[in-house]
Amino acid sequence: MFDLFKISIRNLMRYKRRTLLTASLVTIGVVSVLVFISVSGSFKNMMIGQITDSFVGHIQIHKKGYVSSIDSLPLTLNLSPKAFEKVEKAINEVPGIEAYSKRIKFGGMFSNFVETTNVRLNGVNPEDEVKTVPLLLSRVKEGEKTIRTGEILVPELLAKGMKVKVGDTVVVIATNRDGSVNGKQFQVGGILESATGPGGRDGYIHIDDAAEILRMDTMEISEIAIRLVDFDELHRVFDRLNDKLSNELNKQGGPAFEVHTWEKLSPFYNIARMIDVMTFFVKLMLIAIVLISIMNVMVMAVYERIREIGTIAAIGTLPGKIVAMFLIEGFSLGFFGAVVGDILGIAVISVLNVGKLTFSFGRQKGLLLSPSINLQDVLVISIIVITISVIASLQPAYKASRMNPIDALRHV
Amino acid sequence: MSLITAHDLSKTYLKGETKVEALKDLNFEIEPASFVSFVGPSGSGKTTLLNLIGCLDKPTSGILRVDDTDISSLNTRMAAAFRGKKIGFIFQDFNLVPVLTVYENVGYPLVMVQNTPSSERKQRILALLDAVGMAEQRDKYPDQISGGQKQRVAVARALVTNPKLVLADEPTANLDHKTAYMVIDIMKKMKNDLGTTFIFSTHDQKIVGEAEIIYTLEDGELAGREV
Repeated sequence: MFDLFKISIRNLMRYKRRTLLTASLVTIGVVSVLVFISVSGSFKNMMIGQITDSFVGHIQIHKKGYVSSIDSLPLTLNLSPKAFEKVEKAINEVPGIEAYSKRIKFGGMFSNFVETTNVRLNGVNPEDEVKTVPLLLSRVKEGEKTIRTGEILVPELLAKGMKVKVGDTVVVIATNRDGSVNGKQFQVGGILESATGPGGRDGYIHIDDAAEILRMDTMEISEIAIRLVDFDELHRVFDRLNDKLSNELNKQGGPAFEVHTWEKLSPFYNIARMIDVMTFFVKLMLIAIVLISIMNVMVMAVYERIREIGTIAAIGTLPGKIVAMFLIEGFSLGFFGAVVGDILGIAVISVLNVGKLTFSFGRQKGLLLSPSINLQDVLVISIIVITISVIASLQPAYKASRMNPIDALRHV
Repeated sequence: MSLITAHDLSKTYLKGETKVEALKDLNFEIEPASFVSFVGPSGSGKTTLLNLIGCLDKPTSGILRVDDTDISSLNTRMAAAFRGKKIGFIFQDFNLVPVLTVYENVGYPLVMVQNTPSSERKQRILALLDAVGMAEQRDKYPDQISGGQKQRVAVARALVTNPKLVLADEPTANLDHKTAYMVIDIMKKMKNDLGTTFIFSTHDQKIVGEAEIIYTLEDGELAGREV
């Protein structure tokens, strides 16, 4: 085998320029794919992180029918304390859940005593909420990074439009589920940066204040956001929660609850899917580049060495060894291109990290892109390239092995 | 027992739509350790006959036995294995592998065909390189040596597996007379030292004189045998 490698490598080195050009093409392909995967992957992961860790959470549980009417934030579809207890029991029985936070969501009027506008608010328990969506407080641009009773975190755009700043007194007016109106004064505790996606422009108050405005005798919960220990376990935990809660039926005999992953709650999931599709097509392009370039060079190699093939066949080289010789040439080209591509790709990714690339998404500005690539992706790309290189060499190698030595020796 | 036996050996092939009878009912026997030349003008069937003896082609009719093997019974793989074991080849254009050194070219059949252990391999290659006077050029590549030197390397490559038979198709056609005689002398010496049968085709009359047995081919037929 060593001798086969030696002959194959020397044959490649015989046409240095052509070998270098072909290997360079493979290298450029590998670098492009690695950089694309790392940049698109880091963008995707960062945005998913921003969305799940800022406001959505990994999984949410609602009363059945709530999500389809979420735009109107219906108070009539809140979970009763008894229903919440059932949900809490299920959460506690499913392993892999790090934290959960109950929320009262409602729409109301926001007044600075001069002007009034509408606002969407989340009543939360700050400790639970921060454990569930740890980036929430990092969105507080001004003011203290906490949610106290009597204070409100006002969304940035609303604060600008209503010209309110930290420390100002405002009034929130809301209608409860019976239709009666109630109002409460709040002090602006902080200004909250907008985030991309539904709920990214909501304000926050303490859950006790929400219950007070809505004149709840008992605490009714609109949604429960859940954070997992391991994000990769999303679907496993979702399935188990769903299994447990799907047995709970409402008075009409239908399911009482609905469980959703962030994928069903945020439109960014479709963008993430699109990125995955693009990555797949970029990989396909790499395969095409490798296949065509290696096959082209191997066809040339066989054509240029017909007499040589005739000679080695005449002196007794078995067809299998002739096949192996050409396959090793293809393998070596792919291997060399892939290894150099991996090294250059990782170098480019490192340079991108040093360069601290930022981008804007929606209203979020200055998001820092931190491209990274994991060893598994590097290995998969390398294996794809090397395998395709060998596959591309199969036809020329087979043709070489099947050559009639007499015809090959006569070839000029 | 004869090394090669041909009985009513014929070979016909198609050239376009024309049927060409390259060999017609040849009958001959070649003994082991002989030095045989097939002579004749171009197109007389010398190369076709050498291709048949070398298991590179199959007869259309008749029987050809080489070392007691009917070559018609060999498939592609078996024929390759037979060649690798029993037959050495010397080509008109030397046909050395350009990416291998002189030493590696001579060793190629041992490495790629016979999988000989490296210690034995080294010994046999060096002995043959010494015998053909190419030991000092062992690390040179084919493009760094002369035509005569290339053919000496080709002779060493053909003999390195200790074949029973060496076939040489116009081995001196691309060499000047002095070098051609030197190559023929080496082949004769090897025949005497190793007991190898050499069969070569040529139409160079000066070289023909060196052969022990001369078969003359004309239009695919055996026209004469001289001893």
